[in-house]
Amino acid sequence: MRRFLLIRGLQSLVVLTIMSFVIYSLIGLMPGDPIDLMISANPNMTAADAAALRELYGLDLPVYERYWNWLTTALSGDLGYSRLFGQPVLDVLIPALKNSVVLMGTAFVLAVCIAIPIGTFAASKPRSALDYGVNLFAFAGISIPSFWLALMLIIVFGVFLGWLPAGGIAADGASLLEQAKYMVLPVATIATLSIGSYSRYTRSSMLEVLRQDYIRTARAKGASRSRVVWKHALRNAMIPVVTILALDFGYLFSGALVTETIYSWPGMGKLIFDSVMGNDFNLALVALLFATALTLTGNLLADICYAFLDPRIVIGGEKT
Amino acid sequence: MNNNSPLFLAIRRFRRHKLAIFSACVLVTMVLLVIIAPLFEIWLGVGANDVDLYSRMVGPSLAHPLGTDELGRDVLLRLLYGGRVSLFTGLTAACFAATIGTVIGLFAGYFGGRLDAVLMRLTDSVIALPLLPLLIVLAAIDLNKIGLPQAIVESEDVSFYRIVLIVAITGWTTVARLVRGATLSIKEREFVMAAEGVGATHVHIMFRHILPNLLSPIIVAVTLSIGGVILLESVLSFFGLGIQPPMASWGNMLTNAQQLIWEAPMLAVYPGLLIFVTVISFNFLGDGLQDAFDPKAEY
Repeated sequence: MRRFLLIRGLQSLVVLTIMSFVIYSLIGLMPGDPIDLMISANPNMTAADAAALRELYGLDLPVYERYWNWLTTALSGDLGYSRLFGQPVLDVLIPALKNSVVLMGTAFVLAVCIAIPIGTFAASKPRSALDYGVNLFAFAGISIPSFWLALMLIIVFGVFLGWLPAGGIAADGASLLEQAKYMVLPVATIATLSIGSYSRYTRSSMLEVLRQDYIRTARAKGASRSRVVWKHALRNAMIPVVTILALDFGYLFSGALVTETIYSWPGMGKLIFDSVMGNDFNLALVALLFATALTLTGNLLADICYAFLDPRIVIGGEKT
Repeated sequence: MNNNSPLFLAIRRFRRHKLAIFSACVLVTMVLLVIIAPLFEIWLGVGANDVDLYSRMVGPSLAHPLGTDELGRDVLLRLLYGGRVSLFTGLTAACFAATIGTVIGLFAGYFGGRLDAVLMRLTDSVIALPLLPLLIVLAAIDLNKIGLPQAIVESEDVSFYRIVLIVAITGWTTVARLVRGATLSIKEREFVMAAEGVGATHVHIMFRHILPNLLSPIIVAVTLSIGGVILLESVLSFFGLGIQPPMASWGNMLTNAQQLIWEAPMLAVYPGLLIFVTVISFNFLGDGLQDAFDPKAEY
């Protein structure tokens, strides 16, 4: 197990390093560079000045040298300044991270609490009306464009009914109820999408388990149907589901880009979008790398969960 | 006709899926409608991109069956032409991604060993990336800076090619895994050994003997991925990073809808509804095909 973790950890680190270079190069390919922005801010600047500045900041170097300069500075703890916010990158990143965790965490808990019971109910009565209903809802959840769902919720609850704010976040020090009001629509949007996929996974995993011999044995020994489903089968059916949930764990921190942007929720997703769109190179780079690192961690976590939950799986190839 | 041929059995199983059949009908209708979109232009006497600032956001009428948008363009025509773009992008990008995935999967599964290890680590890594943020970066890069000629960068279709490419370089992983897995088992079969025995080359065996056996799972996977691709295109276009106006796509028709919620709420409803119906139809169809071709996966 330890060996497996070590190898997987190293693998993730390699992927992260490669991605840091890829992202660095891609960001360099976005329109404009910091000197262009200076030129547009200062009409007195000549082409010769611009060239001198490019040389001063090392922007005329080939991309791998620039990357190396950035990497060594970043690893020494200096992540640079955000151009959009006029603050050190970390000072911008940490509040956004907090907001994303609050939003995504609530949506995640809600989705799990709804999806697992309905998925289990659907599987325990296959081909019933309930099963078809759950299936239809699940398909709708994976097929609806998230930005459109968000727009429709804003139109209905924010504009026509006027019950909830159409976007933004409560001011600092607002009451809990006030804060919750701003969260209802974004949480509903994210949860609807996740409930779709989680309930589908739960349902199919449950059906698989209910076909096993030990389920028939439990029934034959006189355990009631609901006891078999909820006590015997659910634990086993959860193994693949928990893996899927762990995979999504990384997204808790990287935020929901679309939903956060539409509802102007100041989380990681919106931060990434704004920094990419606003040519905020330092911020975009760090935020994207952060999101990548967290997603990779989520993947690692999924593997570990899988191994812990299912003793039949021996990881590391010692035994098959 | 032989009543026990695999195809016949598959068709019979597929016919049990009423929802999948209904979805197929919806999709066929939609494809036909967007193909005959120019006829609607003739019928209504205006073009899809014709701006008429004197009749902005008017309600449904005989001249404009679904009304007009904020520039006085006919909404029905824009939906039809947008559908052309969205459906075509979805199909092309999904097929392109599947082609890349198939080739990678075939090579990994057939040759095995170190090549397999490298390709599968690559696949795992791509799967483990936060896709949407990276796609936004890819969609935002300046094509001049990667040295494309000016003529291409400024041409009208460049946003279409860009999106197909972006989807393809990220969307091939599912098919690659699927094809690799199936190739591993098929390459042990007798007919492959027979082909090797008569001296067939590796490429010949891979593409003439193994690939045809993989067609049905690939078709299922492509069908199931089209929905996701259409969603991706719509969200990128919605943010102004995908298909560029004046060319309509269902995604970019929604870009301004948020600001116009008060004046014209229906402008926000139609395109999204069409995306939703199309995507869910592709998903139902794919689900039905999966059951038809792979009875073992039956639930």
